[in-house]
Amino acid sequence: MIEIKNVSKSFDDKEILKNISAVMETGKTNLIIGTSGSGKTVLQKCMVGLFEVDSGDIIFDGKDLTTMSEEDRKELRQQIGMLFQGSALFDSMTVEQNVKFPLDMFTKWNHQKKMDRVNDVLERVELKGTNKKYPAEISGGMKKRVGIARAIVLKPKYLFCDEPNSGLDPQTSMVIDKLIHEITKENNMTTVINTHDMNSVMEIGENILYLYQGKKEWEGNNKEIIFNKSARLNEFIFASEFLKDAKDMRMLEEKGIIDNDRNMEQIMRDGGSNLVIGDEDRKE
Amino acid sequence: MKLFSSIGAYLLMMKGMFTKPENLKMYWKELMHQSAEIGIGSLGIVAVISVFMGAVSAVQTAYQLTSPILPKETISQIVRDTVILEFAPTLVCIVLAGVVGSKIAGELGNMRVSEQIDALEIMGINTKSYLVAPKILGALITIPLLVILAMVLGIWGGRLAGSLGGILSADTYDRGLLENFVPKNVWFALVKAYTFAFIISSVSSFYGYNVKGGALEIGRASTIAVITSCILILFADYLLAFFIL
Repeated sequence: MIEIKNVSKSFDDKEILKNISAVMETGKTNLIIGTSGSGKTVLQKCMVGLFEVDSGDIIFDGKDLTTMSEEDRKELRQQIGMLFQGSALFDSMTVEQNVKFPLDMFTKWNHQKKMDRVNDVLERVELKGTNKKYPAEISGGMKKRVGIARAIVLKPKYLFCDEPNSGLDPQTSMVIDKLIHEITKENNMTTVINTHDMNSVMEIGENILYLYQGKKEWEGNNKEIIFNKSARLNEFIFASEFLKDAKDMRMLEEKGIIDNDRNMEQIMRDGGSNLVIGDEDRKE
Repeated sequence: MKLFSSIGAYLLMMKGMFTKPENLKMYWKELMHQSAEIGIGSLGIVAVISVFMGAVSAVQTAYQLTSPILPKETISQIVRDTVILEFAPTLVCIVLAGVVGSKIAGELGNMRVSEQIDALEIMGINTKSYLVAPKILGALITIPLLVILAMVLGIWGGRLAGSLGGILSADTYDRGLLENFVPKNVWFALVKAYTFAFIISSVSSFYGYNVKGGALEIGRASTIAVITSCILILFADYLLAFFIL
């Protein structure tokens, strides 16, 4: 579990994060969502220690990152895996060398044991047989999967993903989302994902934190988000045409025609086609 | 003020390099890789420059030495001392500032922009120590060796030009090389080589490591790294000559 307590961060007198508190739960895919410039990436970089917070605490299972010594931070970082927006693969290394790099750096395993682990994780991310390819020779989706493989090769307790679906087609995005979700469950990790992809939110958003201009605006899960009462969040999520039907659902719920115990996955899949929504229902 | 903050950031980067390596074997591997890139990668250009540098030196010295009083051996002595004292360490290092310096700044800049440095930091690796230190050490190992090679090839280039151009025979050239030789000159040249190697590698690493932005900034960082290295090399060249000779 990761606890964020009253975290604030500024750059050159501009306040980017304003007194944010939240809990990222173990064994769940925790999403940080918001518009571009809302502070998602800055918050995530504060959580992994790439930026120092101006005030507040970031606590990893009882250990406060902000007061740790450099040695303790190093040790904690070895329990963290991160998937970057651009994958951040090492260009001069093959897929195999990229995934093997953390093992070479931090374990005293023999070569065979390392290769077995590399092949296991590559198989897990469905990239068997790509060992000798270079990053420039593989597609965007494959790069993300190599990034995930490298991030999980040391079996980390915490997995951070910065916009993992950036630049991917919808189908590949779903594959990546599903993979991250499954790996989180299999390894009981605390996964924190930055995204503004509503498909990801609805698919794997077990714990969602919505930021608006550096402040926490809303917190909940993917079953609650459609029925939230925040005008800003609604403007954010209903900007998608795909969720127009979901907006209709919300109106029907407000009128008492449906209730919010309905299975959201079913609703999204149907697009509300099993309900008749007339013009009179759309009148506010 | 920007100059002082840059100097401060440079010194902090240098200080940050001195930590215990996470895995000595991996650091050694990186050092060998960088040494090969810097040393073997620059071998061709250094060889070509040195031969022509010595050849032109011989031809132009012969052109200027028109007095019949002066023996032909003087040409080879001048070529020898010019190559050892100045052309091999300074001219070759100015060229290496462009070749090696831009490569180092570009590589680190690209790693910074594509978040590869952040990825290493997240893994718990001290990137100043893992990425920068091997480049500096690799340069300190290989650049003086390249300068020594440049001295040999430069002097040989003069011999070749002299004999092919009918300026002076190879025997006359060899006799001149042995006359009035001052061993201190070679030592001085190596002091320059180590100093310039440090300047090229550390300055280029600093600009590359601290790139902020995109492709344009990487190019800009490479250019500034080369210009700054060249200026500092020339400045150090003057200071070393003033204080040592």
